[in-house]
Amino acid sequence: MALSSKIREFHEKREKLLLGGGEQTVEKQKAMGKRTARERISALLDEGSFTEYDLFVKHVAHDFDMGDKSLPGDGVITGTGTIDGSPVAVFAQDFTVAGGSLGLMHSRKITKIMDHALKMRMPLIGINDSGGARIQEGVNSLAGYGEIFFRNTLSSGVIPQISVILGPCAGGAVYSPALTDFVFVVDNISKMFITGPEVIKTVLGEEISMEDLGGARVHSEISGNAHFFAGSEEECFAQIKKLIGFIPRNNTEKAGVLTSAEPLTAHEIDGIVPDDPTLPYDVRDVIKAVADNSDFFEVMENFAGSIVIGFGRIEGRTAGFVANQPLEMAGVLDVDSSDKAARFIRFCDAFNIPVITFVDIPGYLPGADQEHAGLIRHGAKILYSYSEATVPKITVILRKAYGGGYIAMGSRHLRADFVFAWPAAEIAVMGPEGAANIIFRKEIMSSADPEETRRQKIEEYRKKFANPYVAASRGYIDAVIEPSETRKFIAHSLKVSENKEIQLPPKKHGLPPF
Amino acid sequence: MIEMKKTSQEGKLNIDGTVYRTRLSRKFIKRAPFSPSDPFLLTSIIPGTILDIMVKPGQTVVKGEALMILEAMKMQNVLKSPAGGTVRMIAVKKGDRVGKGSPLLRIG
Repeated sequence: MALSSKIREFHEKREKLLLGGGEQTVEKQKAMGKRTARERISALLDEGSFTEYDLFVKHVAHDFDMGDKSLPGDGVITGTGTIDGSPVAVFAQDFTVAGGSLGLMHSRKITKIMDHALKMRMPLIGINDSGGARIQEGVNSLAGYGEIFFRNTLSSGVIPQISVILGPCAGGAVYSPALTDFVFVVDNISKMFITGPEVIKTVLGEEISMEDLGGARVHSEISGNAHFFAGSEEECFAQIKKLIGFIPRNNTEKAGVLTSAEPLTAHEIDGIVPDDPTLPYDVRDVIKAVADNSDFFEVMENFAGSIVIGFGRIEGRTAGFVANQPLEMAGVLDVDSSDKAARFIRFCDAFNIPVITFVDIPGYLPGADQEHAGLIRHGAKILYSYSEATVPKITVILRKAYGGGYIAMGSRHLRADFVFAWPAAEIAVMGPEGAANIIFRKEIMSSADPEETRRQKIEEYRKKFANPYVAASRGYIDAVIEPSETRKFIAHSLKVSENKEIQLPPKKHGLPPF
Repeated sequence: MIEMKKTSQEGKLNIDGTVYRTRLSRKFIKRAPFSPSDPFLLTSIIPGTILDIMVKPGQTVVKGEALMILEAMKMQNVLKSPAGGTVRMIAVKKGDRVGKGSPLLRIG
């Protein structure tokens, strides 16, 4: 009988802790349109797969009457589970317990699960919903953040790290998500900033709402801090599961292979790209016409639209797509689009995901604002990422590839493994209009009919250089292919590069311009 | 999936002499045109409050002379004259709150 009373005592203790902050605080959480930390974990993981650690951890603060306070789980729930059968480590801050504030033991629970994830080489998913540092715990709280950031950095490029912002994430706390690979936000729920509206008002006299300062839309559209935007928590969890399906568990594995599925829109591929290089189209249609099931999972959909990045599959294997988007800003490279693509390429390279690049680029965006914002150093990141990447790199030039843009977009010169060009490709130092104006300046100026001469010279240049054959004659591209052959050539390239092996020169680490 | 509001608009973009039909981003449309800085105009480098003004219109000043004190970020910043000359105009008075880039004083 003694045993059963111990078990009963254990059940009572556990039941109490599982309630988190209690009924009232849970009601408040719901009133804000948010789920509880436990509900979130259940929604994210396979049913019944969650195994919790450290439920019985207690805070160790004594100052400011903290000694008497009970904080269930110290405001964070940690453990492991599976998503579609694949193991993941999870922590979820519990806003119903002391506002999810981070104290010493709270941080120890997080760093313990982080160490576990790294040791076991499985993805880490952190659900953030916290008022920030637990002020009563002073410097211990700061130490806690530091230990987390340090582990984020050590784990970077070893295991995928995912941050989900489902509430406030303010002050120093933002730097854990910022160090991770993908940040998920939900409309009206996520709030991220270093200094809040109150401080901004006091110090600078500027009035701004929390939503306008660091809401989900701001980070998806303007700052580029978030990678996935959802309208609800439910949609957000579906996105996370989808992402987990595309990526491997760690840097020594490859992503899971599915059965090959023909693209649903394969037959449309001939009609997507207009011959006239100045006309827009949606490059996502090309990706969908090539990817398995026409399924393209876009990353940073609402930020720096002149470049498109995301995951898809070719014959069942995950690939990272990078494509200029003529629909937005003519598909230029600018400060933001360079940064966006460069980071994505590095993720793919770190996690053994081949990079497929679709090129249709007029060049870099001109302007004092761009130059002053550091277009040189940001633009350099994309060159660096392509050059450094040792995963299979396949580049298809759809239409124009002019000047520096041609070099940057996964060219042969940055060690692309396969470079193909469609027959309408124009691989040249610049567009025919610009080139003719420079090369034939004297003839145009001295002509009796300068406009007619200009037209003739543009045509002459177009015929001679605005095609794929000059580059092909030097071996800078491997084959000129028809649009409808694109999937076949990519699939073949991926197959023959399965055992690709190249080494970078030994070094401690490179110095990309960030 | 809920749609984000369209933040770009149809337009044209000239890159290296070729004009492309495309959508222009909000960031591009809202970009501030470059304006060269005026060496005789003192502007606020940060939003804040004018605590004190040490000169008067018509007064002769040398380059680097303290002109006013701008309190911002809990710091008292001494604003020094960008050039030597005569104080032509003072656009603010003691206690004024100023935004970033506000003109404060002109030397002639």
